[in-house]
Amino acid sequence: MAATKASKEQKYDRQLRLWGDHGQEALENAHVCLINASASGTEILKNLVLPGIGAFTIVDGHKVSGEDVGNNFFLSNNSIGRNRAQAATELLQELNSDVSGNFVEESPDKLLDNDPEFFHRFSLVIGVQLPEGTCLRLGSVLWNANVPFLVCRTYGLTGYMRLVVKEHTVVESHPDNALEDLRLDQPFAELKSHIQSYDLEGMEKKDHIHTPWIIIVAKYLEKWFSDHNFQLPKNYKEKEAFRQLIRQGILTKENGTPEDEENFEEAIKNVNTALNPTKISSIVEDIFNEEQCNDITAQTPAFWVLARAVREFVQNEGGGNLPLRGSIPDMIADSEKFINLQNVYREKAMQDASVVSKHVESLLQSVGKTSESISEQDIKLFCKNAAFLRVVRCRSLAEEYGAETVNKDEITSSMDGADGEMVLYLMLRSVDRFYQQHSRYPGVYDYQVEEDISRLKLCVHSLLQEYGLNVNVKDDYIHEFCRYGAAEPHTVASFVGGSAAQEVIKIITRQFVPFNNTFIYNAMSQTSATFQL
Amino acid sequence: MADVEEPEKKRRKIEELTEKMAVDGEHMGSGDWDGRWNHVKKFLERPGPFTHPDFEPSTESLGFLLETCKILVIGAGGLGCELLKNLALSGLRHIHVIDMDTIDISNLNRQFLFRPKDVGRPKADVAADFVNNRIPGCQVVPHFKKIQDFDESFYRQFHIIVCGLDSVIARRWMNGMLISLLSYEDGVLDPSSIIPLIDGGTEGFKGNARVILPGMTACIDCTLELYPPQINFPMCTIASMPRLPEHCIEYVRMLQWPKDTPFGDGVCLDGDNPEHIQWVFQRAQERAANYNITGVTYRLTQGVVKRIIPAVASTNAVIAAACSTEVFKIASSAYIPLNNYLVFNDVDGLYTYTFEAERKENCSACSQVPQDLQFPPSAKLQEVLKYLTENASLQMKSPAITATLEGKNKTLYLQTIASIEERTRPNLCKTLKELGLSDGQELAVADVTTPQTVLFKLKLTS
Repeated sequence: MAATKASKEQKYDRQLRLWGDHGQEALENAHVCLINASASGTEILKNLVLPGIGAFTIVDGHKVSGEDVGNNFFLSNNSIGRNRAQAATELLQELNSDVSGNFVEESPDKLLDNDPEFFHRFSLVIGVQLPEGTCLRLGSVLWNANVPFLVCRTYGLTGYMRLVVKEHTVVESHPDNALEDLRLDQPFAELKSHIQSYDLEGMEKKDHIHTPWIIIVAKYLEKWFSDHNFQLPKNYKEKEAFRQLIRQGILTKENGTPEDEENFEEAIKNVNTALNPTKISSIVEDIFNEEQCNDITAQTPAFWVLARAVREFVQNEGGGNLPLRGSIPDMIADSEKFINLQNVYREKAMQDASVVSKHVESLLQSVGKTSESISEQDIKLFCKNAAFLRVVRCRSLAEEYGAETVNKDEITSSMDGADGEMVLYLMLRSVDRFYQQHSRYPGVYDYQVEEDISRLKLCVHSLLQEYGLNVNVKDDYIHEFCRYGAAEPHTVASFVGGSAAQEVIKIITRQFVPFNNTFIYNAMSQTSATFQL
Repeated sequence: MADVEEPEKKRRKIEELTEKMAVDGEHMGSGDWDGRWNHVKKFLERPGPFTHPDFEPSTESLGFLLETCKILVIGAGGLGCELLKNLALSGLRHIHVIDMDTIDISNLNRQFLFRPKDVGRPKADVAADFVNNRIPGCQVVPHFKKIQDFDESFYRQFHIIVCGLDSVIARRWMNGMLISLLSYEDGVLDPSSIIPLIDGGTEGFKGNARVILPGMTACIDCTLELYPPQINFPMCTIASMPRLPEHCIEYVRMLQWPKDTPFGDGVCLDGDNPEHIQWVFQRAQERAANYNITGVTYRLTQGVVKRIIPAVASTNAVIAAACSTEVFKIASSAYIPLNNYLVFNDVDGLYTYTFEAERKENCSACSQVPQDLQFPPSAKLQEVLKYLTENASLQMKSPAITATLEGKNKTLYLQTIASIEERTRPNLCKTLKELGLSDGQELAVADVTTPQTVLFKLKLTS
């Protein structure tokens, strides 16, 4: 057993560095459903099986065709005629013995007719190359059951993804360029007294050149405050003056030239960001103002209980601020000074977290739950990431497709460029209409391409008319989509496979932020866009 | 050598089968079945409004892809495995793959052509075997070699080269090789000497894909600033003022290991040896404890020692897919290729940015403009070396400098061969005047970043 755990750590090492052991655990406890093992589908699953998803189930009523094998790495030509779910499961299972692969030889329509609750057991359902009718039916079932649904398709050189999830909360969003939480504009008591312990003018040279820049900025800010009525340097001119003030503090050599004090240079460089007023972002403010944050019940998910607890903290002990994050960036300093300064921040962060913890406890008690239902670890993680909380809410498919609820503004404004990705969305909707009318996609056979252009054009116009969309879809795109003949070229399917798999992983691990809610990839121009439809 | 023969035998066998099964009209290659290439054919045999101006729909095009087009894939790792799969399923059969590495267990989370039983075997060989078995008719030829082991005659045979490398140096070398293949007639570039280079790179959730037409569009060196040099911790921090757990680890790696030689004299620290990492880990913990630093873990230790870059299957899939789409576009002339750089990031939603990287007028690799070196005669050779390595546009690793003095080729300094390094070391402290170099003198500089020596013109300033 120990051997397997160690070898799993080694095998997954490169991804554990991205989502940690807890992220991996969430992945290994998940069970996803893929509908249709076409190339796009198997490519998505490949990118979930390799990182060790707990289990997958493929639902597919189709038999493997020669065409299927041609663009699919997980179908071999000796499986032609066999059920596609079964054939693909074998070759996908073979990728990773940690994963449990299952298949159901059934069309999703049949399952929806006979046993729609079949889908309730899954962490997430991925629907690939689904006709519109099936997609909407399934969307409705999953929406009511609160099962996240990811719709994907590859159509010629177009890749498409649609995420359907009512509410997805993220604590660990891991933002790329986060600002530090240093509180230099309003140092807390312990930081103030720590700063006071430094005497820049009186200290020896070896201490002077190893004093952390945070202390330097804080000291000079005190000077600035007393001369400027306790106002932070606000504009470029004032910040420049402040930088000069710091520069004057650099020691000079006997010959009058300045000493080489890298820590002072660091201080000067960081003036730009270090003096930004500490404030809560509008995203986090919005979270605090949400209904779920106001009405805590026994059913309230942990995220909202924690959000409410932090809000209580902000409005009371925090004096308008979030719990301190507790981390500081590395900086030129001797070990002792740096560690001591770091500990000041760390201890304050721990203090703030334990105050939040008390709020969590009293909130839980007020709805009859024990404090064990939210762990200390989760509280600490929440506090550390309080500035980066995100909530993603997607509209349902019914809303996207409804004549009354269609997002006309988003569609019309995105069609401004006319050659952007939105026209591809409209073409996908149009070929779906074509399918509903003719039980096939346009241009599948060579002889159909020309004739289908006018038929597809009718579909485009009826779509635009039904939704009252005053936009122009160029004939070129109608021709191009007939040319595609519903082809699923492998390289485009593989792009969708990679993109979709990572969105699935984001939903399951609750780390990083999923897209909202429609992603279109144009392989012709190698461009993409995200729309909220 | 048995491993090398096997793929050869298989390839010859497949060729025989192909010849026997050729059917007029349809392109039925070895084991082709009905409908196999339907998805691909729609892009080759049908006209369209967005196709490349040179595109002519034809039933012959598939034949070109299947029988004639020759692609070279460099790297059989995270990107390489994906590239081989993608190309094979796009109708390309004559594919060579170069990779100098063997399979490690940590590759298995994304390099899907490898299994636990393959650990230790050459990546190129295992990848080729897997693809050839899974995709009937595909003839991937593996090369368990370094790219530097091949010369112009090898590279010249390919229509397109795709890179899935993890090293900027290797990219630059490949870039330089393709530039050296360019032929100019009366100053005009001969288009038939251009071999397109598609280059992909990934790191965690970020990646990029670019199309390089050597001699025509921006090359790797034109945009060297996009690859900022890796920043190492300052020595004084590591030696006497650690603050982070990483500093403690670097101390053990750089200072304590060479001093203690824990596994014997001359035994270098091997990041893949768990015993070595364990030793470093324990001592890093001890050092950290002395300074009240927390956070030294085994995982961090390994990450710092091996300079590990996190990696997942999904990002590699996306970037390799984009690269493969470009290979297909160029091979089939079906669409205008990407012009010329795609950036991808899926940390927050999915973000792509496509732009045209511009050629640098005086690019040291592709501009054919002779490079200037400006120094006073009193400057020491050491300063020239420093410039060659630190200048953002050059970023050489260990340049070797030679000059023609008194009609003879003289090595001024060379680092990579110990005996020559020792012999030429005193030159570093000599001034350019003392070395007998004159204004306008040509200096030839060789470096791992380029297969051809770069010529510099020395301008002695007053």
